[in-house]
Amino acid sequence: MATITKYTTQDKVFNVVNTAIVSLFFFVVLAPLVYVLAASFSDALAVIQGRVWFWPVDFNVEGYRAVFRHPRIMSGFANSFFYMGVGTIVNVTLTVLAAYPLSRKDFVDKNFFMALFVFTFMFNGGLIPTYLLVRSLGMLDTRAALIFPLAIGAWNVIITRTYFQQTIPSELLEAAQMDGCKDFRFLWSVVLPLSGPIIAVITLFYAVQHWNQFFQALIYLRDESKYPLQLILREILVENQVAAEMTDMDIESMLLRQQLRELLKYSLIIVASAPMLLLYPFIQKYFVKGIMIGSLKG
Amino acid sequence: MAEQLQLETTLAKSAAASTFRDRAAERWRGRKKGWQLYVLMILPFAYLMIFRYYPMLGAQIAFRDFNVVGGIWGSPWAGFKHFTRFVNSYMFGRVMSNTLILSFYQLVASFPLPILLALSLNYLPSRRYRKTVQMVTYAPHFISLVVLVGLMIQLLAMRNGPVNNLIELLGGQRQNFLGNPDAFRHLYVWSTVWQTLGYSSIIYIATLTAIAPELHEAAIVDGATIMQRIRHIDIPGILPTAVILLILSTGRVLEIGFEKAYLLQNPLNLRTSEIIQTFVYKQGLLAPIPQFSYAAAIGLFRAVIGLALLLTVNAISRRVSESSLW
Repeated sequence: MATITKYTTQDKVFNVVNTAIVSLFFFVVLAPLVYVLAASFSDALAVIQGRVWFWPVDFNVEGYRAVFRHPRIMSGFANSFFYMGVGTIVNVTLTVLAAYPLSRKDFVDKNFFMALFVFTFMFNGGLIPTYLLVRSLGMLDTRAALIFPLAIGAWNVIITRTYFQQTIPSELLEAAQMDGCKDFRFLWSVVLPLSGPIIAVITLFYAVQHWNQFFQALIYLRDESKYPLQLILREILVENQVAAEMTDMDIESMLLRQQLRELLKYSLIIVASAPMLLLYPFIQKYFVKGIMIGSLKG
Repeated sequence: MAEQLQLETTLAKSAAASTFRDRAAERWRGRKKGWQLYVLMILPFAYLMIFRYYPMLGAQIAFRDFNVVGGIWGSPWAGFKHFTRFVNSYMFGRVMSNTLILSFYQLVASFPLPILLALSLNYLPSRRYRKTVQMVTYAPHFISLVVLVGLMIQLLAMRNGPVNNLIELLGGQRQNFLGNPDAFRHLYVWSTVWQTLGYSSIIYIATLTAIAPELHEAAIVDGATIMQRIRHIDIPGILPTAVILLILSTGRVLEIGFEKAYLLQNPLNLRTSEIIQTFVYKQGLLAPIPQFSYAAAIGLFRAVIGLALLLTVNAISRRVSESSLW
């Protein structure tokens, strides 16, 4: 649309209204984020007195200092990085293993395996049977419980398969087969090197899912030393709410601690979201592609 | 005429030749030749069987009285006892209507706005502004639900949240949004819209860019305004995508997220915030004496309704618009 420079009067009106609409969306999405960012760098008292809007008041980093001094937050971070790292490796490996055969026209039982994946979209055993399974496998309260039950996302298998179908020409396979190249080697030395974008997309999808995962940990973990960051966040950000609102303390040091605890929440929101928010602009062009592949029916 | 007859006989012959047995033999040859593909499939297949399909068999626990000794396969049968208990319980009406209202409210609220955003962005004169808006509106998608709810709690806090500060500044009364059962649904739905708006618009933006530029060029030559081009070119262009997405979300409407409802729940707003999923969790895993069978029955009840809904919506859409999921 950028090529058109001649606007009619009506179009000029349209442009003004349209820019206003976009700006409204922009403001509504941005405002809460800017507020939190501003509050996280402000003085605790200024935040509590409601003097902070979109710019830090009495700039300081006490909130961040408190976050990084909080042992449980740090242990949550370490655990989350572990679950994200190991979990994503397992996810991506299994997804590629499943997607490649499904992308092959000459895979005889392709439709059967495909149906197995698609059916999991429509129906699942439910929370209780899955919980009982994890329990009977002895995985309750283990790190494995956060990695294996969700080892493959059917949707990611389907977009990966579609990518393989679209980008690996069948002539390449035929030529390789002529030279005696078997499927394992073809996957490893031809398909994978050509699949950078899709690997980036599903890695991002899985990594975000692991980082933000909270339900699995909530139902499977008891031992607090294994808690991922999200469970710790829940304790601090969500559960503390009621207690903080209901108890009225007027001892001065208690008050100060109370204030710092409020400030810590803002800094914590920023710190906990930072890894994902920093990661995504780099992969943005890939995931737009990933969504488009996913939208094609295969 | 003669030629056609000949063609038909040839076709019939070749059809007869590839009998069932021949085809079966061919399939076996194909399997042998592609054995390595099956090896690749072993782990994913094992995963599907253990973690996806075995729990489906495990759902039979809904028809049994679970006890620790018998487990899933050995506990005594109970028929539809748990289902009737749920349907007759005083919670049934409340939990069902909460789930349905919340689901459909969210469906309706989150469908049109991404389309509007995509159309608006598409005609934004400044390219740089467009990129910035896209970047910022996608970002909330990457925030976790725990952080989102934490953010809402901070923003809406009664005593010192900025929203209430603003209300007071404008001369209003401070509101306890989070503890108000009448506010729960709006908070739930509009926070979802806030979080998913930008990300959901990606697909529409991509569809809009895929529309043939000749259509727009021709329209401009004919003196069409931007509004006219939106109405006659862009909207018809994205309609199929919109229909597919609408079917998809209608079919999955009952899969509304457990996590956010659970996180936003507090004793004060339970009247509207208790949905099937949170109820299952509480009955099954949180209760001092877990009622596995009862909770599994409620979960299965929802899953079956959800499946029926998906199949119905898909069938209707196939008949009406020729767009369907499969």
